[in-house]
Amino acid sequence: MTSAKDDRLVGRSVARREDPRLLSGRGRFVDDIELPGMLHAQFVRSTVAHGTITEIDLTRVRQVPGVVAAFTAADLELGDITAQLGRPLSEFVPTAMPVLARDRVRYVGEPVAVVVARDPYLAEDGLEAAKVTYAPLPPITCEEQALAPDAPRVHAEAAGNTLVDVGLFATEGIDEIFDQAPCVVHVDVRTGRQNALPLETRGAVAQWDAREEQLVLHTCTQTPHQVRTVASRCLRLDERAVRVIVPDMGGGFGLKCVVGREEIAAAAAALRLGRPVKWIEDRKDALSASFLAREQHYTARAAFDADGRILGLDADVVCDMGAYSCYPFTAGIEPLMASAEMPGVYKVPAYRVRGRAITTNKAPTAPYRGVSRPSYVMAMERLMERAARELCLDPVEIRRRNVITDFPYTGVNNITYDPGSYLESLDLCERALREAGWYERQAAATAEGRHIGIGYSCFSERTGYGSAAFAQRKMEVVPGFDLAEVRMDTSGAVTATTGTVSHGQSHETTMAQIVADTLHLDIAKVKLHQGDTDRITYGWGTFASRSIAVGGSAVRLAAGKLGDKLRAIAAAEWGIPPEDTELDRGRVRRRDDPEVALGYERLADTAYLKSHLLPKDIDPGLTATAVFDVHNDGTFSNATHGVVVELHEGTGQVEILAYFCVEDCGVAVNPQVVEGQCRGGIAQGISGALFEQITYDAQGEPSATSFMDYKVPTAHEIPEVVIHHLETPCAFTATGAKGAGEGGTIGAPAAVLNAVNDALRPTGVELDHTPITPETVHRALTPRTPEQTP
Amino acid sequence: MNDTTGLGDDVQLITLDVNGTSYEVITAPRRTLVDVLRHDLRLTGTHVGCEHGICGACTVLVDGLPVRACLMFAAQAEGARITTVESLADPGTGELSDLQRAFTAHHGLQCGFCTPGFLMLAQGFLAERPEATKEDIREVVAANLCRCTGYQTIVEAIDACATARRSQRAMGAEEESCN
Repeated sequence: MTSAKDDRLVGRSVARREDPRLLSGRGRFVDDIELPGMLHAQFVRSTVAHGTITEIDLTRVRQVPGVVAAFTAADLELGDITAQLGRPLSEFVPTAMPVLARDRVRYVGEPVAVVVARDPYLAEDGLEAAKVTYAPLPPITCEEQALAPDAPRVHAEAAGNTLVDVGLFATEGIDEIFDQAPCVVHVDVRTGRQNALPLETRGAVAQWDAREEQLVLHTCTQTPHQVRTVASRCLRLDERAVRVIVPDMGGGFGLKCVVGREEIAAAAAALRLGRPVKWIEDRKDALSASFLAREQHYTARAAFDADGRILGLDADVVCDMGAYSCYPFTAGIEPLMASAEMPGVYKVPAYRVRGRAITTNKAPTAPYRGVSRPSYVMAMERLMERAARELCLDPVEIRRRNVITDFPYTGVNNITYDPGSYLESLDLCERALREAGWYERQAAATAEGRHIGIGYSCFSERTGYGSAAFAQRKMEVVPGFDLAEVRMDTSGAVTATTGTVSHGQSHETTMAQIVADTLHLDIAKVKLHQGDTDRITYGWGTFASRSIAVGGSAVRLAAGKLGDKLRAIAAAEWGIPPEDTELDRGRVRRRDDPEVALGYERLADTAYLKSHLLPKDIDPGLTATAVFDVHNDGTFSNATHGVVVELHEGTGQVEILAYFCVEDCGVAVNPQVVEGQCRGGIAQGISGALFEQITYDAQGEPSATSFMDYKVPTAHEIPEVVIHHLETPCAFTATGAKGAGEGGTIGAPAAVLNAVNDALRPTGVELDHTPITPETVHRALTPRTPEQTP
Repeated sequence: MNDTTGLGDDVQLITLDVNGTSYEVITAPRRTLVDVLRHDLRLTGTHVGCEHGICGACTVLVDGLPVRACLMFAAQAEGARITTVESLADPGTGELSDLQRAFTAHHGLQCGFCTPGFLMLAQGFLAERPEATKEDIREVVAANLCRCTGYQTIVEAIDACATARRSQRAMGAEEESCN
């Protein structure tokens, strides 16, 4: 076979285009940008969790040598950042997030003033001279306090400290189903508050360009157009007068897909001072005062028939969103996703859910890789495991009896799932563990008195949300479509521009693979541009595993249009219909005589430099744009994870002995990149399951302000992962790809927790909370003496 | 009051040997080595991830040994040989070193922010311990943080580089013994 198909790059692990510069120290991250006359900003931050600001005295700050200026909210007079849902007040309470706190502070670390100096060290000297006086108010630091009757309010307008309270589904007769079911199981699942923790902290460099009459804001964001919108509103500029440029970005994981207050304040300072201003967040601020995620509480029950088939699901979800709603997603991001998608891969005939977002005196939250899925999948998988125990069924078998197998499937949640390989992934994952001998090893170890457990999680992930799916959330700002432009220059080289923003996901490679295939062009001739609001009319950025599914489809369509134009130009020259031509390795050739061909360079020469030769109906130039949106419920990737853990007596350590992942993200544009996303995602999921948590003390002081007290796992703790691929192509994305960015993180916590519980089986203890701390495991493994038994 | 350095009064002149080039730098005593490398010498390949010596993104070699450049004052590095990520590729052709090529072959980097630290960590370690096993390498990789890869491919990249270097050396030794 020598068909053109064999030359295709999509589906091959093409070496990354990003690597040479990143490996040789020639990347350009935001802190690498140095501009003439540049000043450096740092923020005076609240030292109390809740209080009224009675005085801000920056007199001494301004006297510190090297400090150029210091501004409060009153000095800058900026508009607020306000994220809205189109829901009634009974369901959603909008709250404004000021760029700098005005009269009230709501968490430790909230920015109160910005200090600008000639050097970052001097800016920090300035911070030390700031004097802010607070009249403290009682802090709300947990769900129980927030929801207590007569609790003090974090926001005056939010009664009961509740920002979102929505009951999306309530199947009629669900109470009777539970009353009559032979088996009803309950769980009380909590997931700890985490930091998404990109290794590069947030940062921005802002500069007014007098010639372009434009603020140029270099900032590490996953959503440059949304930052532009907020900057223009807060600074009262036309959007045209703001250009947001995203340099190389050291990870984001969701934390950088919301608009940060500091990037707007840095821009305001640059405008005020007429000089470039750089702000680079330090790790302490990144850990405690940026955006956190994941603190969720599920009180759920499920009804099963005697054969282990689920009859109903009833859940109450409370998400602690901290002090403010993030832009553009709002505090609804977590509870609305959990409510809509909790039934997951299972055929759930009856469903009732209440989803709430509460506000507390803790740093606000942003979507973090997987958003609510790691938590609701954990709740669902715990329900399955508990029912399996109750009904004496094998934990894999009970899942087998409940997973969706007939597609498309429209669930009780009104979501239509496109085809996936739920059952196949489950079977293959179990087989992989059996064939590797883990069940025998577990039995042998148990006989020796060791504690080895095997756990699974089976889940799907909605990716490629289009505007239709986001509109369901009733966001005032509805993400979804994406735009691409592909142009060819007179040398035959191609520039593709996308509204998505890679920050580790390898789009410079994968999108170039798509373009190269579509245009039958050497990939070396293709360059991707991204992350610049002046280079593409609009874009929604990179989050929700949307970039290849949506952005990649737009790129594919635009490249296809450009190919059509090349064919039209060649066809006109030959005097034949364009249909009688085709693209072939950098040329357009005649179908009737494949030896006759015109190279792209030659066609580009005509298109630009000899346009008088073009027929009237063909415009000069070689550029094409395309929009792609998903008009259904999105495309679902899926996976099963299987984990083997050993619990160690004495230390309470959870050691991961083996990790298997069977994943299906449709067509894998670049399998090596997909595996990288899986492994990295799983590492983050394990981090949440076993290690990471930011807690707050009774005063609202965060526990973790450095890596000394926020444990990020290393190569010691993260195991090797064995990955198997299944491929159920998506029928409606242009490449057949589904999203692959978040699955690893979604599946890991549930699988690890189930494995730990399996190992704890002889003790009778079942755990439902993450992170699973050594103390908890130690306590569970320590036999109680008679007097300790209640 | 014409302080154009932005450093205040308390400045000193130090000489730093970085990647074989000698630089004279006017700096303040409190300035860290990583800040001087990045912002005074404009060698921005070395990154800053935590400023408290945990993440290792700022790892450089000082007299051949991996060091956290955020935990060292620039003035302390006077008289030492400092090596940064910029030294790894061929200065003439820009061709990547075997270690860098191994990272790309094994997809040992995603966002690339921690990568210079891991490269310098591995560079220093393999120079000292060319016989290191994969297990030894995993142990050393645990010195630094990566948020993207899950570490497996970093370990594999360094192990592949070490293995290839050993077999090359063995071939070289064989050739020598034949002569």
